[in-house]
Amino acid sequence: MLTAAYKSATLSPTAGPNVVRSSLKQTPIAEHLFTWPTDQPQLIGSRCSDCGVVTFPSQGSCPKCTSQSVTEALLPRRGTLWTFTTQEFLPKTPPYAGTESAEDFTPYGVGYVELPDHVMVESRLTESDPHRLRIGMPMELVIEPFRSDAAGDEVMSFAFRPVEAR
Amino acid sequence: MDVAIIGIGIHPFGRFDGMSGLDLGEVAARRALSDAGLAWSDMEFAFGGSIDGGYADSLVSRLGLTGIPFTNVSNGCATGGSALAMAVNRIQANESDLGLVVGFDKHPRGAFAADPASLGLPQWYGETGMMLTTQFFAMKIQRYMHTYGISESSLTKVAAKAFRNGAMNPNSWRQKPVSEEEIAGSRLLNHPLTQYMLCSPNEGAAAVVLCRADQAARYTQRPVIVNGVALRTRLFGSFEVMAPSLPLEQAASPTAQAATACFEAAGIGPEDVDVAQLQDGEVGAEIMHMAENGLCADGDQEAMIQAGETEITGRLPINTDGGLIANGEPIGASALRQVHELVLQLRGDAGARQVPGEPRVGYAQVYGAPGTGCCTVLSR
Repeated sequence: MLTAAYKSATLSPTAGPNVVRSSLKQTPIAEHLFTWPTDQPQLIGSRCSDCGVVTFPSQGSCPKCTSQSVTEALLPRRGTLWTFTTQEFLPKTPPYAGTESAEDFTPYGVGYVELPDHVMVESRLTESDPHRLRIGMPMELVIEPFRSDAAGDEVMSFAFRPVEAR
Repeated sequence: MDVAIIGIGIHPFGRFDGMSGLDLGEVAARRALSDAGLAWSDMEFAFGGSIDGGYADSLVSRLGLTGIPFTNVSNGCATGGSALAMAVNRIQANESDLGLVVGFDKHPRGAFAADPASLGLPQWYGETGMMLTTQFFAMKIQRYMHTYGISESSLTKVAAKAFRNGAMNPNSWRQKPVSEEEIAGSRLLNHPLTQYMLCSPNEGAAAVVLCRADQAARYTQRPVIVNGVALRTRLFGSFEVMAPSLPLEQAASPTAQAATACFEAAGIGPEDVDVAQLQDGEVGAEIMHMAENGLCADGDQEAMIQAGETEITGRLPINTDGGLIANGEPIGASALRQVHELVLQLRGDAGARQVPGEPRVGYAQVYGAPGTGCCTVLSR
């Protein structure tokens, strides 16, 4: 159970590189979710060729105009916090795949980040103190280890980090 | 053609070790039949719903194998409302004159845990801990408080009202009032919501017997008319539970759409409502649903709640039986509990929690994942 170790390895909630590297093999939690490997990661959505609506994650049809003509869209790395909460209790497994126990669980932030002219994305936040989060604050994408898999590799997922304290 | 409710039955909500979901459903169904002075063999059809409590139509093995059409309904938290809507439609379509709707459930302890695939969501969404209904409600009220100036004090007052009303309801799970201090100081679960501000899944059952309104006098002197019932799902742009992304444009919620359709069908406006039962999966939902159902304008809730207008003795009593917060949420039964409470209120049979002034119009609303709203207007 490496999750506790990740907490100390993970950088400050508000500063650091865009991708949290380690010596372990790192694998994205899902294919086609974010660009990888890269130091300037971007979430991958889809854009409707007919009405221009952007969706995340990518899907084969447009939820607005029902068109099936969609193309891949790389989403902006920066946006603003539209709303947020904190997760203060251990979610049920399944579907949760974090490896914490109820004893060593630490709260995490969750929010919707408005990516200008694109879409609002729901994401974990690197900041879990509700008093340090506020609606409208600038945020940026980071890719960080979420858990370790059966082979000991790091499973990488996305989160948004407040920008202003850097 | 109007449809009337002529019988209601409920099994208390709570935890009942040793009883199955079907046991609970059977109790509610028999009580509704008894209230109507009818037997199961009089029923021409039934609709029933349960998510974790078993198949509703298997109740026929206990109630009697009479061969009637009995349809199982599954529509998330709107299951009971959807079953009621289908029963009303069936009578209005002249397919049957008389039938029963039953909803029951028996959920495991703790927050609901859903399978991402069953909701058409990617696995990573559930794996990373973002697929929790409570997070959605916390984020929705967080944004709403920011936009419309709703205070944390109002969140607390809504919860205190629920426990106070629940303490006057012998069928409610929570039987004790809880102080505002205790609510505000209870464990934070999803900021800004604390433990006592959220409802919990549990067990319970409720049922109603319906008939053509022009035949209601055969069975009761106190029929309650179903003036309207409407179900809606998401529009593009509505902010809904379990959404990995949201469009930048915003649209009316399924509740707002269903409310508009329901009032229109009823020929009754939100200003005519004397008592309302709203989906209060948590306190913020009750506050936001007040406006989504047209019962007030966005932002008016703050002054209304602070002035006590949504109390039983207030101008617009809401969740007079304690709502989901005091009753808990057995999904299949929840909407029918609301209807049960409204019928009691309209009959004048609500005892210690009776709304004064002989209320004539009642309103019920449920909301569920992944974005379903169902509304009902009743009157006497």
